[in-house]
Amino acid sequence: MKNMVVIDPVTRIEGHAKITIALDDTGSVSDCRFHVTEFRGFEEFCKGRPVWEMPSLTARTCGICPVSHLLASAKAGDAVMGVTIPDNAVRLRRIVNLGQIIQSHALSFFHLSAPDLLLGWDSEPADRNVFGLMAEEPELARRGIMLRSFGQGVIESIAGRKVHAPGILPGGIAEPMTEETRERLRENLVEARKTAEDALVLFTGILDDYEREVRAFGSFSSLFLGLANDDGLWEHYDGHLKMVDSEGTIVADRVAPADYRSIIGEAGRRDSYLKSPYFKPSVGPDEDPLAGMYRVGPLARLNVCERMGVPAADEALAEYRERAGGVATSSFFYHYARLIEILAATERMADHLANDDVTSSHVRARAAVNAHHVVGVSEAPRGTLFHEYLVDEHGVLTDMNMIIATGQNNLPMNETVLQIAREWIDGPAIPEGILNRIEAGIRAYDPCLSCSTHAIGMMPLIVSLVAPDGEVLSEVRRG
Amino acid sequence: MSKARLATAWLGGCSGCHMSFLDMDEWLFELADLADLVYSPIADVKVFPPDVDITLVEGAVANEDNVELAREIRANSKVVVSFGDCAVTGNVTAMRNPLGDPLGILEAVYVNAPDRNGVIPAEPGIVPPLLPQVQPLHKVIKVDAYLPGCPPPADRIQRAVEALLAGDPSRITGEDIRFG
Ligand code: SF4
Repeated sequence: MKNMVVIDPVTRIEGHAKITIALDDTGSVSDCRFHVTEFRGFEEFCKGRPVWEMPSLTARTCGICPVSHLLASAKAGDAVMGVTIPDNAVRLRRIVNLGQIIQSHALSFFHLSAPDLLLGWDSEPADRNVFGLMAEEPELARRGIMLRSFGQGVIESIAGRKVHAPGILPGGIAEPMTEETRERLRENLVEARKTAEDALVLFTGILDDYEREVRAFGSFSSLFLGLANDDGLWEHYDGHLKMVDSEGTIVADRVAPADYRSIIGEAGRRDSYLKSPYFKPSVGPDEDPLAGMYRVGPLARLNVCERMGVPAADEALAEYRERAGGVATSSFFYHYARLIEILAATERMADHLANDDVTSSHVRARAAVNAHHVVGVSEAPRGTLFHEYLVDEHGVLTDMNMIIATGQNNLPMNETVLQIAREWIDGPAIPEGILNRIEAGIRAYDPCLSCSTHAIGMMPLIVSLVAPDGEVLSEVRRG
Repeated sequence: MSKARLATAWLGGCSGCHMSFLDMDEWLFELADLADLVYSPIADVKVFPPDVDITLVEGAVANEDNVELAREIRANSKVVVSFGDCAVTGNVTAMRNPLGDPLGILEAVYVNAPDRNGVIPAEPGIVPPLLPQVQPLHKVIKVDAYLPGCPPPADRIQRAVEALLAGDPSRITGEDIRFG
């Protein structure tokens, strides 16, 4: 193949992926695609296994956001039993999810993206990572590491372990929270919140230097999907599906998660193990699924909600919307939205921990199999996650489908790398720093590729530059 | 004393073992004094470098890209560690093995499930073909040390890395190599 650059693998993302860039005769970019290269097949090998096992098994789709799978799967299990779980089980599950949002967003910002933002797109590749950050900005790196550690600690203290915690189960939570844990978390929250606030000050302070990135890192109209509740507040655990467009107009609302198939379709692709979900009502029978492109995750959740519902994050949201000019349509704003969500998570967690019922011992409901077709949903750090199960009278899975947050960003991630390639590439000699910008366009989404192919393993990322006659001009690859 | 050259890699896994590695938190600063991280999914070096002292490998061998990387790792590393249950036994990644030929699984997931453009991903050079059976790492390359766990907790990883940096893998014993 000529005139094709392959970035392989894409680094500092969570999974295995490649990017290919194709050039035309004049050396300008004709196409740029994002490819996910791993596959594990959960949807098939989970069949024939008991629904009670699904939380801990599906958690293994992803070590970064196992809590999202634990929650979606446990909620599907609640639905199989047909139970309303105790209020305090909901509260504890919410706290665990807030802990996960904090740890996962901290990882994305401090460990994976800060090396670009603080050391520079064009800095030395060998040092452009969290260890390079630890050497250059030790205090900032330390605080980022401790913020992630706080989130992981919340998960561990309520659900039993940091990664693949066993304590989130159909019907609720395995163990109540002790008074001691409650006090410790409340103490540690103080520093976590301060780190979130300082990170926001840092980011808004440098945002004006990134005018070109704001304009070219996935700046386009699309739809946005997230969970919503009746109060219009930022939601991360329960509620209905809501979709808005780039003007903020509601295009779908009050869709029960169990009816997700009425609005979401899935299209396949030959050059990626990642399928492309799309908004069904926007795409005619012969039309490209691109017409139904939507984004999920922090950017989408902040566009879908009216308010965060907690004071400091609401103030931050007001400034964010002012800077974005209303609905945020640039994917560079994912970083910004993520930091606001960390702040909101610390405030929400403080509210939950202030509730004296948080240590109540009633945390689990029990019942046998009462429903056979269920959908469990949760807001993962990266967006809305669906687990759909069909079970027999013994609770054994006969069929299953998962729609993973990152998959829903597949179409926009492809549009984003194309936009960045067109903005910066000028001829076949592509400097490493430009390729890094293209990868950074993917990093903005914080994709989780092991998840998104439900998939066992990760995606390497390759960027290749291809000429019109198919010649590969250059290839960047990490294997 | 010159610093050790440390690498981490992931094959077919969930990244949970790498997350547990990052859960060593502040000890990472001490690690940075003892070793340079010369290759890792969390760093930008894209080709596996030569003369690596210790490589922690997460994940089982599931596709042709994984085989290629495993061989590069072996050729360039003094000590290769099977890092976590997927590398040690195949674990969850190998749960597709009893279903046989991966073509059937791919058909179900990519041809029958999508409501349009159902196609099996197979772009040559881009999408790596799946192996007929997922293999633990030691079936594909020689492995020098094993660190089980799904994932191994951070304190176990720390003790293992300390032992390996001291040149004494025999110190990885007892609780630290217990399954589960
Ligand atoms: S051993 Fe467990 S934590 Fe590690 S990659 Fe495999 S499934 Fe994930």
